[in-house]
Amino acid sequence: MALGEVKSASVDHIARRAKWHPLEIVFWLTTPLPFVLTPDYLQLASQIAITALFAISLDLILGYGGLVSLGHAAFFGLGAYTAGLFSKHFWGEPFSGLLLAAIVAGLFGYALSFVIATFRGLALIMITMGIGQLLLEAANSLGWLTGGADGLQGVKMSPLFNRFRFDLYGVTAYAYSLTALFLCFLVARRVTNSPFGLSLRGIRENSTRMLAIGAPNTRRVRMIFTIAAVMAGIAGALLTQTTETVSLETLGFQRSADLLVILILGGVGRLYGGVIGAVIYMIARDQFSGVNPQYWYFWIGMLLIAVVVFLPNGILGGAARLLPKTWVRA
Amino acid sequence: MLRLFSGFAAVSALVAASSAQAQVKIGMIVSYSGQFADTGIQLDNGFKLYMKQKGDTVAGKKVEVIRKDVGGIAPDLAKRLAQELIVRDKADVLGGFELTPNALAAGDVSAEAKKMMVVMNAATSIITTKSPYIARTSVTTPMLNDALGTWAAKSGGIKKVYTLVSDFGPGHDALNAFKEAFTAAGGQIVGSALFPVANMDFGAFVQAAKDSNPDAIYIWTPGGTQPGAIGKALNERGVDTTKIKILGQDELTGVSALKSMGDLGVGIITAAMYDYNLQNPLNQEFVKAYQAEYNREPDIFSMGGYDGAQLIYRSLEKSGGKADGDSLIAAAKGMAWQSPRGPVMIDPETRDIILDVYIRKVEKVNGQLRNVEFAKIEKVKDPVKAKMAK
Repeated sequence: MALGEVKSASVDHIARRAKWHPLEIVFWLTTPLPFVLTPDYLQLASQIAITALFAISLDLILGYGGLVSLGHAAFFGLGAYTAGLFSKHFWGEPFSGLLLAAIVAGLFGYALSFVIATFRGLALIMITMGIGQLLLEAANSLGWLTGGADGLQGVKMSPLFNRFRFDLYGVTAYAYSLTALFLCFLVARRVTNSPFGLSLRGIRENSTRMLAIGAPNTRRVRMIFTIAAVMAGIAGALLTQTTETVSLETLGFQRSADLLVILILGGVGRLYGGVIGAVIYMIARDQFSGVNPQYWYFWIGMLLIAVVVFLPNGILGGAARLLPKTWVRA
Repeated sequence: MLRLFSGFAAVSALVAASSAQAQVKIGMIVSYSGQFADTGIQLDNGFKLYMKQKGDTVAGKKVEVIRKDVGGIAPDLAKRLAQELIVRDKADVLGGFELTPNALAAGDVSAEAKKMMVVMNAATSIITTKSPYIARTSVTTPMLNDALGTWAAKSGGIKKVYTLVSDFGPGHDALNAFKEAFTAAGGQIVGSALFPVANMDFGAFVQAAKDSNPDAIYIWTPGGTQPGAIGKALNERGVDTTKIKILGQDELTGVSALKSMGDLGVGIITAAMYDYNLQNPLNQEFVKAYQAEYNREPDIFSMGGYDGAQLIYRSLEKSGGKADGDSLIAAAKGMAWQSPRGPVMIDPETRDIILDVYIRKVEKVNGQLRNVEFAKIEKVKDPVKAKMAK
């Protein structure tokens, strides 16, 4: 096989992967439906979109980079506090706050990536967890800046485009979060379906061999980690802006752990896994806790066990087995 | 497009509201799960007990309660739940709120939707300033510590105090209130230390406090397992509570704290707004009913919930069943009633509670450790908001 043929075969492979599947188009077309069908649930829909974006960000490093993180909330919280502090001390225009949050989280992610890229496995879990806890304690002790345990007070957003205020029903909130989710999803999709994304999979599957074929690992790992940090920061900023609250809990371990559960529930390494996981987890939580405010966690636990036992690759992994082969890509 | 939808939503809300005239809906936002579940459940128990005693009809309207679990400190969730309770469930009143961050977040919603909100536990002063429709039926941290500071200097015969406080937002608030009141009444702080939130070894702290030779040591901890460790350190370092008094807020000698401290707790003086041992007929009746219903003793959280339901009921009666925020908060302002903890009133200016603060001492009564009240400061108002008004 000549070099040209190899190249065109791999270009074809990437082009094939990058093509939009009809199911994807159907999925995105359904996302505005809550505006019409469930106008009382838009606040929930907005928070689902934010969680989905956060899950996609974790999927980039876990599902594609193969890095297990239990401290991903660090970037989420950093974005949340950046957006909150910006609106408090400068101005409440949402886009500038969102951009700044993305930059701050990205810079922090980039700086950390030098450490992250040299570790794998258990050590990495400990390090990411430790970083999350460090940020949490820092925010707790910097009470004059962050408001400490009471949460940051005085976050106030201006209307979007000077026109749409963040209303009680959540119309603006959902439109804003959904748009951000979609745009970030496009970026994530582009990244994972690029030669770079392909090399990441290589690193995930066998990092030694990647070195042997002349593809340096650490630079790629650092890059995807930074991209993921940016997206997590955006998700955090969205939560701050749509709810006008920031608390220590945005940096908490629970948020990182819940996120991992959501991703495993939906399916790791598929981008849509995070989205589906967020939709199912958040709706289940909302419904179960409405029926029984005291013992609803029981049902969440049952759901998780059922998924892990019957659908070990998550809901999307299970769906992929059921649907005809031609419908789904690996 | 967006406008069209929000218009549609508003119209559907109006339709639903007019068809639900004969009832009043109360949305409770409480932690029923997670680390604070016990607090939330005690609060809700108190709330339920009042409703059980008075029936579920008030001023000709049927009271319906919708309960939502916020699962701990989660202001983003608390805010969303408040929004959903109002938008989706058409709640007229928001209640519950055992945690400050959650109450602050939901306060925005109360202000925007113009709905009454009753804070039944969260104890940070500023909460009631978040919305003109908020009233509180628990207490604020500064109220208790301000009362304690004044009492210590004026009636307690205490001139020199060493303070030992958890390095944590509410701890700082408590310390500031105590310090200001105590020094204003002529007392002197001879030294202070902040200990880490998760600290478990108090030996060195207690020794430093003892060495400064104070009349009393003021201690603030958020509860949990720390009171036990503090009791142990006081004992090991030979602090005689008859010579060096120990002062604190109710959590220091709460039910579980006393259990872990055992006899080492004897002599500790605390300020509180309620204890189930209070000797008055109304309270004895309340405790009996509570024990019969839930098989345990009521605590400060139960009291906040019980009086929270009481405030909503009384306000509804006074407004003639009108459940809009303006009517209800107007009715609530200045509302006064006899609570099992003594006479209470909603301050017409700040919408915060005015109540009697009890000074108690841990004693052994019939082989059981109890907080026995021996002094009372009447009609205490929140000192922080009183200062803000000046």
